[in-house]
Amino acid sequence: MYGYLLRRLLGTIPVMLVVALFIFLMLRLTPSDPAAIIAGDNATSEQVAQIRSQLGLDRPMVEQFFIWSGKVLTGDFGESFFFKKTVATLIGERIEPTLSLSLFTIVLAVLIAVPLGVLAAHRQGSWIDRMVMGFSVMGFSMPSFVVGYLLIYLFAVWLDWLPVQGYQRIAEGLGGWVRGLVLPSLTLAVIFVALIARMTRTSMLEVLSEDYVRTARAKGQSERVVLFRHALRNAAVPIVTVIGLGIALLIGGVVVTESVFTIPGLGRLTVDAVLARDYPVIQAVILLFSFVYVMINLAVDMTYTVLDPRIRY
Amino acid sequence: MHVLRKAILAAACTAGLAFAAAPASAQTTLRAVMHSDLKILDPIWTTAYIVRNHGYMIYDTLLAQDEKGAVKPQMVEKYDVSADNKTYTFTLRDGLVWHDGKPVTSEDCIPSIKRWAAKDALGQKMMSFVESIDAVDAKTFTIKLKEPTGLVLLGLAKPSSNVPFMMPKRVAETDPNKQIEDFTGSGPFVFAKDEWKPGDKTVYVKFDKYKPRAEPASGLAGGKVAKVDRVEWRAISDAQQAINALQKGEIDMIEQPSHDLLGSLKKDANIQIVVSPMLKAQYVFRPNHLHKPFDNPKIRQALWYAFNQEDFLMATIGDENYIKVCKALFICDTPFGSTKGTDDILNSNMKKAQELLKEGGYDGTPVVLMHSTDLKVLTNLAPVAKSLMEKAGFKVDMQSSDWQTVVSRRAKKDPPSAGGWNAFLTAWVTADVMNPVSTGYLNSSCDKALFGWPCDETMEKLRDDFARASDPAKQKEIAEAVQKRNIEITAEIPVGEYVAPVALRKNVKGFLTAPVPVLWNVEITK
Repeated sequence: MYGYLLRRLLGTIPVMLVVALFIFLMLRLTPSDPAAIIAGDNATSEQVAQIRSQLGLDRPMVEQFFIWSGKVLTGDFGESFFFKKTVATLIGERIEPTLSLSLFTIVLAVLIAVPLGVLAAHRQGSWIDRMVMGFSVMGFSMPSFVVGYLLIYLFAVWLDWLPVQGYQRIAEGLGGWVRGLVLPSLTLAVIFVALIARMTRTSMLEVLSEDYVRTARAKGQSERVVLFRHALRNAAVPIVTVIGLGIALLIGGVVVTESVFTIPGLGRLTVDAVLARDYPVIQAVILLFSFVYVMINLAVDMTYTVLDPRIRY
Repeated sequence: MHVLRKAILAAACTAGLAFAAAPASAQTTLRAVMHSDLKILDPIWTTAYIVRNHGYMIYDTLLAQDEKGAVKPQMVEKYDVSADNKTYTFTLRDGLVWHDGKPVTSEDCIPSIKRWAAKDALGQKMMSFVESIDAVDAKTFTIKLKEPTGLVLLGLAKPSSNVPFMMPKRVAETDPNKQIEDFTGSGPFVFAKDEWKPGDKTVYVKFDKYKPRAEPASGLAGGKVAKVDRVEWRAISDAQQAINALQKGEIDMIEQPSHDLLGSLKKDANIQIVVSPMLKAQYVFRPNHLHKPFDNPKIRQALWYAFNQEDFLMATIGDENYIKVCKALFICDTPFGSTKGTDDILNSNMKKAQELLKEGGYDGTPVVLMHSTDLKVLTNLAPVAKSLMEKAGFKVDMQSSDWQTVVSRRAKKDPPSAGGWNAFLTAWVTADVMNPVSTGYLNSSCDKALFGWPCDETMEKLRDDFARASDPAKQKEIAEAVQKRNIEITAEIPVGEYVAPVALRKNVKGFLTAPVPVLWNVEITK
């Protein structure tokens, strides 16, 4: 397994190289100029050219790529064109809200979705099953920003239970941190609950008809033990796969959700950087997201061996 | 399972307690959502309005315009002009200090003026008249001119980007093409750099040692009294969310709420909509003089007859309470605003427009019209222009993108077929287009002009004449001549004015009528 792990880790290198080249070219080939944006509306062409030169954007594209990639290899992602801060500092400042939102969402989604899926499978054909399936279809169909606005209207504007927007760092108080995360996490969780509950139900239905489940019941095991200890564990591989995919999808979700809820995380940083054509920030964030994506896939593959000892790499 | 149950119960209790807890604060904090997030901090290095607004928070100016547009002393106690109008002597007020506690001196002001003038178009023009700027003593300095000009007062009281903000000598001596890294000002608020989190909030705290003028605040002049302890600019980018937050009391002010969302705010008893007549903007159509078909003055002329302002204003703002049909180049109801010579234009006289196209030999070359789609206040301008131009007989290739792409693309001098452009529309705030020298698009110095690059000696001579004139009546006369010349050469076409209202909670008082949204004098009542 260690050999496999090493091979997979080495495999991330060409993936990251391709991502780096792709994002670098995409940014340079779009019809935009960060220098013109920085200079402002009253700036003359000369002022724009001066800024372009200061940023090194007047150099040949190949030279720009080698300068940037050389720095990245030494761990230097450069300085934001706008903020006069290093990209690493900016990412460091923004990572807590995004991690909080992601973890809160995943935990929430798993805690809701897995029992719902198990229940739906256990009561196949009942009203509970139909409700879970109905919710799944709805969850898949509604874009997260629509879910967000509906939740805001209901819980923040109408009932006045939660804040409309904003994020409070965990160091400033657990209460404010939780309050700020409830609505954005629920917004993001809807689609994952739909996805995971559906997969859990399908997987459980397959497992529940297996002989060993019948044997467990014949031995007098309680239904809870049958469902959660015997059936769920054997149904877990596809569920974990979906959760892994969900985490990857979450990366896209936080971009929209952080903007709607004014959460100063990596998603919001990405949107701001794209709108401002802040190349060093966009490049670093996309590289980071890609790396996280690759690592999540690797972690999911590794989890299979724990859940099912028959799987060997 | 027992342990799990306990854990869930504990978490629920913690969350419950957390929900019940309310933050306590003895300070008064004004929480405002501005039109943009603050990313750059040097108001001389960039012309971006949000950076200008940041400048007004922490810096002060030697002179300032009051709410009637009159130039008044601000940091200076007084200024004297010699009999030959060639020497201005400025004397600083007593008690002015920087945020680090050191006194403001002439030695600080001189490099501040020079750094501003190196970047700003009006400042550059002013400096072409200046022979020397010298310190007389710690509180007095003189500006000696080669020949008289009205630009000294107009320049030092310039209300919008770039504003001649005063900075300490060590900061003002920074190369104008590099951003400053020390944000020590002498204005009514101090920038809390440690609390600045781009994408989240920008924080200012009251400067206790600021010495306001004795006169009441008026426009950008008078006593700048900070009446709140702290100001937070919150970066809420979603327009609807900003409205929700204002209605819930999570913020106190929105600088520029979207016009189409004002309806819901008007129904809210806790919200006031403030229409400041000076927070006005002018839509303009900018043709590119370098390329066909707008390299031909006759064809540019046809635009004046094809367009009408009502169509643009109703398609963008859509509410008669916030729009004004005004054909004046320099904004109606301002000192140089005049509608002289505009009766026959901007009436959508398509017959006349078609005649001019014929006279100009228009050969059907498509006009590449840049259309920005992400700023609501601009989005519908280009489709209206396209429709009116097509009725007049133009062929229009409207190309849509986000505003930042328009900003990048408009700097290109290439032909439209190689990524260049023929025309675009934008908006200028009143403060930027109040006279022939500060109005950027009138600069007709060919390659040195702003994008669009008009080239006209007569216009440049008129702008120089305006710069030399110091008599208001003479200035007005020249401004009217500039307007006439603009109609002849079509450097730009004004296609209507609108006001950008400010939304405030009812307990926010004292918002000033000024050409820039400034936050001194604003207080939060119980």
